[in-house]
Amino acid sequence: MTKVVHPRHALSTNPLKSSAPLGAALAYLGIESAIPLFHGSQGCTAFAMVHLVRHFKEAVPLQTTAMNEISTILGGAEQIEEAIENLRKKSAPKFIGIASTALTETRGEDVVGELKEIVARRKDFADTAIVYASTPDFTGALEDGWARAVEAIIATLVPEAPERDPDLRRVNLLCGSHLTIAEVEELVRLIRAFGLDPIVLPDLTSSLDGHVGDDWRGTSLGGTTLEDIAAMPRSAYTLAVGESMRGAARLLEDRAMVPYRVFPSVTGLKPVDAFIRTLMALSGQQDAPPSVKRDRARLLDASLDAHFHTGGLKVAIGADPDLLFSLSTTLAGMGAEIVTAVTTSQASPVLERMPCDEVLVGDLGDLERGAAAAGAAMLLTHSHGRQAAHRLHLPLVRVGFPIFDRIGAQDICRVGYRGTRAFLYEIANIAQAQHHAATPQDFGAAPIAEEFDHVPHAATC
Amino acid sequence: MADALKDKIADVFNEPACGTNVSKSEQQRKKGCAKPLTPGAAAGGCAFDGAMIALQPIVDAAHLVHAPLACAGNSWDNRGAASSGSILYRTGFTTDMTELDIVMGHGEKKLYRAIKELVAAHNPPAVFVYSTCVPALIGDDIDAVCKAATEKFGTPCIPVNAPGYVGSKNLGNKLAGEALFDHVIGTLEPEECTPYDVNIIGDYNLSGELWQVKPLLDRLGIRILGSITGDARYRQVAMAHRAKVTMLVCSKALINLARKLDETYGIPFFEGSFYGISDTSEALRIMCRMLVEQGAEPELLDRCEALIAEEEAKVWADLDRLRPRVAGRKVLLYTGGHKSWSVVSALQELGMEVIGTSVRKATDEDKERVKEIMQTDAHMFDNMAPKDMYRLLKDAKADVLMSGGRSQFVALKAKMPWVDVNQEKHEPYAGYVGMIDMVRAIDRAVNNPMWAELRSDAPWDDPLPATTVMPAHKGACPVTHIPAGVNRPVAPTPPRPARAEGPTGAGFAGLGSSETDFEDC
Repeated sequence: MTKVVHPRHALSTNPLKSSAPLGAALAYLGIESAIPLFHGSQGCTAFAMVHLVRHFKEAVPLQTTAMNEISTILGGAEQIEEAIENLRKKSAPKFIGIASTALTETRGEDVVGELKEIVARRKDFADTAIVYASTPDFTGALEDGWARAVEAIIATLVPEAPERDPDLRRVNLLCGSHLTIAEVEELVRLIRAFGLDPIVLPDLTSSLDGHVGDDWRGTSLGGTTLEDIAAMPRSAYTLAVGESMRGAARLLEDRAMVPYRVFPSVTGLKPVDAFIRTLMALSGQQDAPPSVKRDRARLLDASLDAHFHTGGLKVAIGADPDLLFSLSTTLAGMGAEIVTAVTTSQASPVLERMPCDEVLVGDLGDLERGAAAAGAAMLLTHSHGRQAAHRLHLPLVRVGFPIFDRIGAQDICRVGYRGTRAFLYEIANIAQAQHHAATPQDFGAAPIAEEFDHVPHAATC
Repeated sequence: MADALKDKIADVFNEPACGTNVSKSEQQRKKGCAKPLTPGAAAGGCAFDGAMIALQPIVDAAHLVHAPLACAGNSWDNRGAASSGSILYRTGFTTDMTELDIVMGHGEKKLYRAIKELVAAHNPPAVFVYSTCVPALIGDDIDAVCKAATEKFGTPCIPVNAPGYVGSKNLGNKLAGEALFDHVIGTLEPEECTPYDVNIIGDYNLSGELWQVKPLLDRLGIRILGSITGDARYRQVAMAHRAKVTMLVCSKALINLARKLDETYGIPFFEGSFYGISDTSEALRIMCRMLVEQGAEPELLDRCEALIAEEEAKVWADLDRLRPRVAGRKVLLYTGGHKSWSVVSALQELGMEVIGTSVRKATDEDKERVKEIMQTDAHMFDNMAPKDMYRLLKDAKADVLMSGGRSQFVALKAKMPWVDVNQEKHEPYAGYVGMIDMVRAIDRAVNNPMWAELRSDAPWDDPLPATTVMPAHKGACPVTHIPAGVNRPVAPTPPRPARAEGPTGAGFAGLGSSETDFEDC
């Protein structure tokens, strides 16, 4: 069992984590015609928005209740009501997702109660679904905020079903925050390949995939429809990807008796095998489609070709727990050594399953120190790891959020047989690119005497 | 084939220092030792390839291939001979002969111009000019071109007459040795000679193997004067005639050169190897003994013994740490020559079981050694068809294949570990430290957790516990717009799944909610 260690320093140097409300906002953006609303001071929103825009290179609708000193002390219910009213006037969203911040949580507002009162009083708000998640900045990280938001969406918008009447071809796909757009698309492709029809929650594939639409909208550009969310109880099964989605899956079961299975990872041969096996069982097919079988065979070959480079490779990795777990287990399964693992949130049970002795709940400073001490050959973390990579002269594989100094982060796919294949190639190629040209001194040999060196003479022609 | 080349080939085949040749009858000897190649069943490089392999490690020289594109274009910069200095040797120079050059006989002129441009652009200490099949066939006289160019440009241009069709890679090695002897060795004098100067012939410093051994020689005060041709400078090769002893490493390919150095300059030679612990020690011992015989101080022998004792103790201490990780593993060795046995003994001492070793390119002596070490010749084989090797590995009769790149995929496709022990490998395994690197490579290969995963069943290999009859698809295909169910038999109405008992444990097609899913990851 891996030890979860909290480094004993008060100073956080180069933070690894992004805040929980940001994660909630991101999840809300996966709902159709949505606007996330931070209940806090406007700076919370501004920073989060810039963070999101830098990553996605998209206009991101994100609003704030703009708490000031007075409203913070007296209570922010009026600010929330006014914000909802203004958002409805301006952009007519179908969905407003509220995330609390450290400010309002520290004061201790009863947003749930107040929101209930507001919605009951303001009949004109009826055509906007309003969801609230408690996501104080001081607890957890992006992954936790995302998970709380998905749970809030289910708790608020999924009707309770007293009876089970499943549509056997329907499945729910609950996506953890660590999945990129391309990764969700790959999972959807696999599910559809078995004749199943997924309801994806949250679905960023149509809202933040990076596309040019026909008009300008002040809300999310796509996402899970409210109708689909309401239809989730009729699905035959829930596939939850990422341990952080277990709570949401369980909630769905509580409300509508939809059985679930959590896939802590869908990267790497065996995890994908488990996912495919589940799809086979759900679709009642003893066999998989030829394309899936071919992709598995190709992954086997990719593993064979890559293992020469991943075997013994020392890797330092920093990410939210779900991403940390899925990438680390895949690399460790290929013979790599996870010499340093740093994560953001201690709550996840996958941390105890990490393929290394200890996981630090820390920052990029811990990652840098650990990588240097252990002689890591490669760093895996988000773009902020570039400073450490530069100082350590190590290659940086950009994973997680934010990735702001490369474009197309949403198109990177490391799940499924195909995505795993791409991931192995990526790692193996970076390892090869670091090829060190040996010198006699490496072996303790004296250099060749200068006497033998060629002294170029003036050309005679 | 030019008469000069024909004579040269006959000459290298009639090698008095070669035991195999000496034991032949006069009749057989005349035939030479080229084995006729079987069309449709031949593999391996040509004479040009062999010549290039032997000479290219001269790192500061330019290597110009007079040929249509294939000879250089398909082969340049493909070897791991490491350089501590110039990287000019890795630049692919060719005359890229065209149809017009061949038909109009412009080859010689083009070659001359190419040399001129090369010297002007790079000013190398020498240009090695390789003849190939096409110019040899149309009669380009590269000797004459080289002579003219040398005179005109002041840069030695060395003709290497080893067109591919004359024979094997091994023959190419020999012809390259001849070129060095005829045109390079003895053309420069070292500033000073010491009684501790040696030549090392036949080591190409692949991935730095020479450097694994060089610290040992450094400590003994032995200088590699003529390196033929690992990490060699042209000037070094040109001064090789002033060494006191020649060590002939690996194979007998360049034995002609070693013998001629002996006959012409009185440099005695010995055959040795830096593969394996006992071999390395043995080579050092012989080298020191011969140096002393040639006039070095006798105390060299004591220093040599002390060094061997120290290094052997160190390497065994290191290997012992690795022993638990490799002991008991079954190894199939598919290499050849002296490696058939030099690696075997070390692997056996580490508790590995060598289930077979190939004796391709091995001499009778080599075969005797294999028998001696393995106590039987039952595990000795010549060639093994890839199909048979695949079967052997697939049936898990061996845990790891150690071979050259050619059989790499036979092992990999059988989902078996493979360790590269031939010249294309990326890691050096020479000397004492090399042995540790090799055992580490074996450890890394056989103990990679990937193998177990790869060999496990695919999801569709096991029958599903329970299946459900699915309802027909609804709607239409988003791409073709063909409505679901048209012209397709609709499956019978599926049984409704049992009413769930409660929120937990609601089963579906044998799938319940699970609290722990870790068994998959």
